[in-house]
Amino acid sequence: MNGRRLRTALPAALLVALLPLTALAQPTLRDDRGVAVAMAVPPQRIVSLLPSLTESVCVLGACARLVGTDRFSNWPASVAALPKLGGLDDAQIERIVALKPDVVLVAPSARVIERLEAIGLKVIVLDSRDHADVKHALTLLAAVLGTPAAADRAWAGIEADIADAAARVPARLRGQRVYFEIDATPYAAGAGSFIGQTLARLGLGNIVPAEMGPFPKLNPEYIVRAQPDIVMAARRDLAAMPRRPGWSTLRALRSGQTCGFDAAQDELLTRSGPRMGEAARVLADCLASIPALPDGR
Amino acid sequence: MAAEHPPGRTAPSPLPAGVPAKRQSLVGLSADAGSPMLADRRRRLRLVAGLVGLSALLLFAGLAAGSDGWSAAELMRTLRGPDAALIIGQIRAPRTLGAWLTGALLGLAGATAQGLFRNPLADPYLLGSASGASLGVVLVLAAAALVGHGVSLATADAIARIGLVGAAFAGALLGVLLTLALARGAQQTVRLLLAGVVVGVVLSAVGDLVTTAAPEALRGKQVFMLGSTGFLGWGSCAALGLGLVACVPLSWRWSRALDALTLGDDSARSLGLSLPRVRAVLVTALALATGLAVSQAGLVAFVGLAAPHLVRRFAPAPHGFTTLASAAAGGTLLLAADVLARSLIAPQEVPVGALTALIGGGYLLWLLHRRRVA
Repeated sequence: MNGRRLRTALPAALLVALLPLTALAQPTLRDDRGVAVAMAVPPQRIVSLLPSLTESVCVLGACARLVGTDRFSNWPASVAALPKLGGLDDAQIERIVALKPDVVLVAPSARVIERLEAIGLKVIVLDSRDHADVKHALTLLAAVLGTPAAADRAWAGIEADIADAAARVPARLRGQRVYFEIDATPYAAGAGSFIGQTLARLGLGNIVPAEMGPFPKLNPEYIVRAQPDIVMAARRDLAAMPRRPGWSTLRALRSGQTCGFDAAQDELLTRSGPRMGEAARVLADCLASIPALPDGR
Repeated sequence: MAAEHPPGRTAPSPLPAGVPAKRQSLVGLSADAGSPMLADRRRRLRLVAGLVGLSALLLFAGLAAGSDGWSAAELMRTLRGPDAALIIGQIRAPRTLGAWLTGALLGLAGATAQGLFRNPLADPYLLGSASGASLGVVLVLAAAALVGHGVSLATADAIARIGLVGAAFAGALLGVLLTLALARGAQQTVRLLLAGVVVGVVLSAVGDLVTTAAPEALRGKQVFMLGSTGFLGWGSCAALGLGLVACVPLSWRWSRALDALTLGDDSARSLGLSLPRVRAVLVTALALATGLAVSQAGLVAFVGLAAPHLVRRFAPAPHGFTTLASAAAGGTLLLAADVLARSLIAPQEVPVGALTALIGGGYLLWLLHRRRVA
């Protein structure tokens, strides 16, 4: 009977059809929306719309495959020559399409993703909020690029840099509580942020607990009351801090237990990507130069 | 042409018919006019008492609301603790007073703008001051990054040294001056309004272009647009207080000209008012009040628009009373928003501008609704 044959043939056909998928990769690689990212052929033309993803592609040895980036991508120096395609919120769809990319790398941002996929482009969405996200993005990108081993190498390099930086932090500073200012409003980098995670790896505490979220907007009074042992901020903001109401009483400011960063360092420190190891080294350099307090700390 | 009289000094009186020629008292008109006026007067008294009471209550709440949230017991503990002078004296007291003063300047500016333009939708930011101030802020934030984009290092350094407060104040005043220049003075209300809108659009576009070239200025700009009372110190309070002391007598003195203006330009002119002069003086007060408030606390939304409406809805009155009461209402509104911003999710903060819109807008909606039902 036709019907009976169909009934036995269908599951068999399904099984045969699904077999390659299950055999190929046990855990299907999915981007941060849960969309499978497997590509038949490793992409040769890549557009990245986020600086940290641009950096990840380059760290994984595929810099030459980039054909365009967002306007903020500036590392490594070679990406400066690539077409600049706007930002996540104002990406130039037409120019992106004209570049005929095999894949477009973006951060979660609804408008541009919908538009690009509607046009028929392959889009991979990667978040990079903390260390685990960065590692995940590297692993996934390396798999897509067809160089899975590169991810382990890149991550090992970051780990080695952070470990090296941690070893250079003076012992007297271990356990000191840091206030890391992201913005003069003031926004702080809390213990749960990628910056807080790096600081923790360097043996430092944070006046902003993880429960308060990665980058909370704080009541300035909170910082004055918390009396951080070390204050870190952009150099310009650091210089203006004593003029904020009540802030001249911060012991860290008075005794120079501070790290001020120039614009390039600030950019490096506030980018969650494969240069987190380099950022940890910048932090360690500063911490090593902080003067010892008279009481021997 | 009739001789120019400062309003309210000598005959001919620029007051509309029905308003007694005798200078009205702060709270009401003379009591010989019968019960409707008495009722109005009672409403005004109630409003003044309410605003004074609320302000006093909120000033206390402002001292009690800190990074631990709102608690009178915590206030007593802090007062007895070693940090009382620092936490209460250096941080909470100036922040609380500064928030009230900023709101008062915006309320005063809003009432003046609505009277001057005879438009209930006018707000203090109408004449280009808001976009001028935010352009100033953006330029300072972007100064370092603009080197190499046609700006020399020395220029960038000079811009950065002005500081955010100075740049916002200068930007606000320049925005208004540009509007006045474009409108060829304050001859015509419509021309002035149109010029203000055009200057506002053009200056914000320039600011947007600058942030495209220097994206690091974006976050600072956004904070400025939302408004912030967190860093108001005694220096800010002094500047804001001086501004209020300068603007209150000015708007009080010229408020009767605004009363006359409600009859229309022609009638006001026939009463002996020099309209260009009235507008020039009031625009100056408007620019000064707005520039000061904006430079210290950013573009706090809605206070300038809502405060005069709250006052008028509650107690209709001549412009003199409305202006002063709007200042008090604006101060109360912004201080209430500030106290809430500090306590809702302490030690984190909510943008104060969002709360002014919620509280002021909510109350205004309720007033409108109640009136319709009645």
